Amino acid sequence: MFKWIDRHIKWVFTIPTVSIILFLVVFPLAYTFFISFFDWGMSGNAQMKFVGLDNYRYLFASERFWEAVGRTFLFSAVGIGIEGILGVALALYLNREFKGKNMVKTAFLLPMVATPVAVGLVWRLIYEPSIGIANQICMWLGVGRQPWLGALDMALWALLIVDIWQWTPMVMLVVLAGATALPLDVLESAQVDGAGKWQLVRNIILPLLRPAILTALLLRMIDILKTFDLIYSTTQGGPGYATETLNILSYREAFEYFKFGRASATLVVFFLTVFLIAIVFIKFKNKVEVEY
Amino acid sequence: MRLTKKTKKTVRTAGFYLSLAGILTITLFPFLWMVLASFKKMVDLLNVDKMFAFTPTIQNYIDVFSKYDFWQPLQNSMLIAVLSTMLALLFGLPASYVIAREKMSGFSAVILVIRIIPAISFLVPWYILFNRLRLTGTYTSLVLVHLLVALPMIVWIMIPFFETMPRELEEASWMDGCSHMGTFVKILLPLASPAVLTATILSFIFSWNNFIFALILCTNDTRTLPTAVFQFMSYTDVDWACLMAAAVIITIPILLISVFLQKYIITGMTAGAVKG
Repeated sequence: MFKWIDRHIKWVFTIPTVSIILFLVVFPLAYTFFISFFDWGMSGNAQMKFVGLDNYRYLFASERFWEAVGRTFLFSAVGIGIEGILGVALALYLNREFKGKNMVKTAFLLPMVATPVAVGLVWRLIYEPSIGIANQICMWLGVGRQPWLGALDMALWALLIVDIWQWTPMVMLVVLAGATALPLDVLESAQVDGAGKWQLVRNIILPLLRPAILTALLLRMIDILKTFDLIYSTTQGGPGYATETLNILSYREAFEYFKFGRASATLVVFFLTVFLIAIVFIKFKNKVEVEY
Repeated sequence: MRLTKKTKKTVRTAGFYLSLAGILTITLFPFLWMVLASFKKMVDLLNVDKMFAFTPTIQNYIDVFSKYDFWQPLQNSMLIAVLSTMLALLFGLPASYVIAREKMSGFSAVILVIRIIPAISFLVPWYILFNRLRLTGTYTSLVLVHLLVALPMIVWIMIPFFETMPRELEEASWMDGCSHMGTFVKILLPLASPAVLTATILSFIFSWNNFIFALILCTNDTRTLPTAVFQFMSYTDVDWACLMAAAVIITIPILLISVFLQKYIITGMTAGAVKG
């Protein structure tokens, strides 16, 4: 028995993992694709009815869907932009030896590892219009009370602030890890050559850090497009549809309205979009990395 | 007056620490706020003048357990996170070893795809499947589902690590007549222990933090902490003080892990960044 296991160790070691992943990943994906062609609510004994492309037609004709698409991209683009710039700037700023560096790193780790639902709730309290500290600060600054999460035109931006607070550290830590690994002799010889500080950063450090920065942005992009916990634990997509991104929309269709067919069609479109963007980004990243 | 080089340097250092303090305040403020609120009486919390000056109380923490029964979700979260992490290690460690050795690089791509897939596209089919199998709300279904968070993460972290291990190690051990299995368990795993620790911590944290899976798949008896806190908010007349106490309770284990094992978490989080 043991001999047999040992001779086939390759298979004994990999087959469980591969089958779990197949069972938990491939089956759901195939199934999602499959039911996106059916009209099916989970209510009682409702029959699955084949409707061809109707769910997709419904989706593309629905204003709510397109608004969710727009919101998802707006949120992601602005979020990544700001997190990228702030994160890289912070990393360059902290890329030196100083007392308490490790403690600082731990502090930056907290927003990203703390339980998202807890984070969401704290920010709800901070944004609370009458007792929240956000409005208190606004009063001190003399700008007057803001509705924050309660207003149609403000809720998404208020959530964006939370996302930036939570995830800028991630960009920072990845880039900082890259910066620590930079070849010191290159930097020193450049300094000897009389390169100014800004020149050094722009012409040498940033190009060398490009792989780390692009990786951080790639990971951020995949995650920010799918932001769920933060939005659902604070606004559940509201007020109205003001913070309803694609992920929240498909959740609502599936588990609030129990329209599994429609939800699946939304998910197929959503998945393909994220997938395509990721592929294009990875291609771009590989190309850039070859150049340097 | 011309500044000497030394004063210039002191001013610069002071400026650095001052701005650092500012950034840290922003980063840590929400946590400070959470802890402060959790020790306030509801009356004080509603009174804007008592934002910082108030008499602390631990009543909220008592209420969380006595009035809102937080024991069950706490135990559930712990059980599910530990079990799914252990299972993921059991399956993931050997698999990542073989994948690294056989250079099945396609597998890393599969794991990246898993990361891209929105969690909800798993949820609809699982929900239907578990309903059919009458597994909805059982620990089995929750552990299985959390395994999907843990397993790819462990494989993702371990593959590059095993790739850098010299083959001579295991070859020498085989020569000595040690079996493949024995070599893996007795020689390779101990050498890999820092990476295993990283993988374990991250897998535990992500399982502990997971919200969306339990939100759909749990029942009242099997709900996890994040779900419990969330539901607690939607059906009470927002008892902020208790809610913050609950939030503190969820965050404490993560906080402790981060403070003591920071190095490992950062290695894990930035894994793949250095390698690309």
